[in-house]
Amino acid sequence: MSRIGVFVCHCGENIARTVDCAAVAKRLAELPGVAHSVDYKYMCSDPGQALIKQAIAEKGLTGVVVAACSPHMHEKTFRRAVSGAGMNPHFCEMANIREHCSWIHEDRVKATDKATQLASFIVEKVKRNRPLQPIHIPIERRALVIGGGIAGIQASLDIADGNREVVLVEKEPSIGGHMSQLSETFPTLDCSQCILTPRMVETYQHERIRLHTYSEVESVEGYIGNFTVRIRKKSRSIDEEKCNGCGACIQACPNRKSPNEFDTGLGKRTSVYVPFPQAVPNIPVIDRASCLFFRGRAKGAKKDVCKKCEAACGKGAIAFDREDRIIEEKVGAIIIATGYQLYSIGKEQANSAFKGYGEYGYGTIPDVIDGLQFERLASASGPTAGKILRPSDGKEPKRIIFLQCIGSRDPAKGIQFCSKICCMYVAKHTMLYKHKVHGGQATVFFMDIRAAGKGYDEFSRRAIEEDGARYIRGRVSKLERDGEAIKVYGYDTLNGAPVVMDADMVVLATAMVPQTGISTLAQKLSVSYDRYGFINEAHPKLRPVETNTAGIFVAGACQAPRDIPDSVSMASAAAAKVLGLFSNEKLEREPSVAVVNRELCTGCFHCQRVCPYGAIDRFEVKDRKDTLLKTVAEVNKGICQGCGTCQATCPSKSVELEGFTDEQVFAEINALEWTGQGNSGEGGRR
Amino acid sequence: MTSTGFEPKIAAFVCNWCTYTGADLAGTSRIQMATNVRIIRLPCTGRIDPLFIIKAFERGADGVIVSGCHPADCHYTAGNYHARRRFTLFNDFIEFLGIDSRRITFSWVSASEGQKWADIVNDTTARVRELGPFSGYRDLVRSGLTGGQDAGT
Repeated sequence: MSRIGVFVCHCGENIARTVDCAAVAKRLAELPGVAHSVDYKYMCSDPGQALIKQAIAEKGLTGVVVAACSPHMHEKTFRRAVSGAGMNPHFCEMANIREHCSWIHEDRVKATDKATQLASFIVEKVKRNRPLQPIHIPIERRALVIGGGIAGIQASLDIADGNREVVLVEKEPSIGGHMSQLSETFPTLDCSQCILTPRMVETYQHERIRLHTYSEVESVEGYIGNFTVRIRKKSRSIDEEKCNGCGACIQACPNRKSPNEFDTGLGKRTSVYVPFPQAVPNIPVIDRASCLFFRGRAKGAKKDVCKKCEAACGKGAIAFDREDRIIEEKVGAIIIATGYQLYSIGKEQANSAFKGYGEYGYGTIPDVIDGLQFERLASASGPTAGKILRPSDGKEPKRIIFLQCIGSRDPAKGIQFCSKICCMYVAKHTMLYKHKVHGGQATVFFMDIRAAGKGYDEFSRRAIEEDGARYIRGRVSKLERDGEAIKVYGYDTLNGAPVVMDADMVVLATAMVPQTGISTLAQKLSVSYDRYGFINEAHPKLRPVETNTAGIFVAGACQAPRDIPDSVSMASAAAAKVLGLFSNEKLEREPSVAVVNRELCTGCFHCQRVCPYGAIDRFEVKDRKDTLLKTVAEVNKGICQGCGTCQATCPSKSVELEGFTDEQVFAEINALEWTGQGNSGEGGRR
Repeated sequence: MTSTGFEPKIAAFVCNWCTYTGADLAGTSRIQMATNVRIIRLPCTGRIDPLFIIKAFERGADGVIVSGCHPADCHYTAGNYHARRRFTLFNDFIEFLGIDSRRITFSWVSASEGQKWADIVNDTTARVRELGPFSGYRDLVRSGLTGGQDAGT
């Protein structure tokens, strides 16, 4: 038989003003199973808590109901108090008679009736509560970082410097990401490579960072603290152990006509290549699509062709037959830092929601380029060695026009968001242009200048005031080839007049969108993403670097358009979260999770289909001779978050959510009949 | 409140994260509302078994409110979507079960919608008061015609 103690709180006057607390306590004392029922001015105060502890000891209580404020306010307080008296904290529950009663009603009689009944629900529930123990999950204290751009590099270094191992996976042959392609960075105009390269090297040499370049995440299983990640190490066709990065193979390669991806297609590279001179690691890759040897094989040539790289390599490191390898890593936390790509405006997008900008002739007019291509032209290590030259004829453009908000802020073309960085990098481009082409004129078509950030507005003002960039507020409707020039048809909305201008080169500030394949990756990790593919944070303000899957974090431009300082801040924040998680050997979880009754379970697995977390596994029930009797559902306590959707779905009622079992909820519902005084709410007035 | 003197009893099954918190907000904002609603807290609308609703009617409720997080706002990502599907189907059975569907309110109330919660409480109370007491199930149980088979327990 239960011995429940009921403690009715006055909350000063907050409850007592409209609820007769003494009457509530008195009526509840009559409820079967209630051994003790009192009221007190402030239950949450020290003397109030002492009252509860004392009653537990003296009256031998088996459960405690505190009728007071919202459990969101003080459930923890009272559970801690009963724990102190040696009672399992899950035998303590609260009835909310303040927010849900005294504060919203004026009729004292009715409010007293209601408070009594609300408390009676909880008494009936607590009678059926079970002792629950916190769940402890061991944590594999290593982290996986996906993406080796500046965000991934920063996160990896922070975690590794915090004395934990990191597995860094980058899909390209080198880490560095987009930042390594940039010429100079706003608002300081310092050289991007100069600040990034040391960090890349540090990452490579760090004893606690295991770097997997030219690799992709194949699958992820498990849950917070215990992820098993399978990584596909794509074949470089080079033996990474033997290669010393001398570059002899690159010198020997006869095929020099492949577009250089790192130079955004503006330059050419060989078939065996390192993406850029400062690549980390400095190990070449053979591009099998363009390599003469592999093309010969694909065509079914009887004799192997070329192999000049193999002959040139003094180390015997060329390994044509090397295949992709799958490796497995165990980690406790994951940071997604896959970054962005530029919205390619020329053609209809793969994602059909994006319409593209055929009218701007990108991809058909060679001198219409995007922002990253301009970065490569302006970069000292780029295809023009830092000279601003037109891709079509290599002449210096005297009139250059920048168009902002291409793709961004244009719902008609499928993208509503602001890409955030374009206003700043266009201002930077006009400055870089002016510094290199002294007699040239830069013109910018813009919608608004959004230069919020430390030193940002000053920087964009400088572009206009000191470097003479001409800003025209308005949009451009069409670009057309006109001999050697490009005709730009625009509209100046401040003058209210159309503008037609000639340009030698046009640079489009296209929108930042997530990397291709982000949705596949997000599905592997079971994290949610928005309609553009950006990873959703758990809370837009209060949990900006967590995802809604415990143990998986997000940093940088894969979450939303971000500039370098933002990406780095996010990466450090995510690293701090990971290190916080790793500061414990075991993870303590609330025990309100679902539990399967194997006797009853018929193995229909409806629960598995509805579980939002993938927390339901299959468990094989076998007899002593190891014959399979049946397969039943099993809840992984590490993953279950305790929503109870499985229980409401289960046709055989064989899965139960601890703390909200059917028995408990039906007991609460049954208490609807009990009113304390045979009084069904038809009370008089005050 | 009304001349009939009938005060309906209404059971509310709400999720812990949105509607329960929204009702808390109504309290902290001191928004006055009808005293007829009794809240039963559950972690998620996904946990709400349609049998809870039937049981509530059997045990003296004259009306029922089911409320949780708005679509796309579920604390558990998708529990409210499962609830929505479940109650779309259940809605078709309510009249068949002998319950006037106007006795049940399904709604979404977020943690910031204290006023909306108060409106739902008042509207549902007024509607159910109009419909009068629901005694069909209780009478049936008392008559013994159910053969003692209680729903769910």
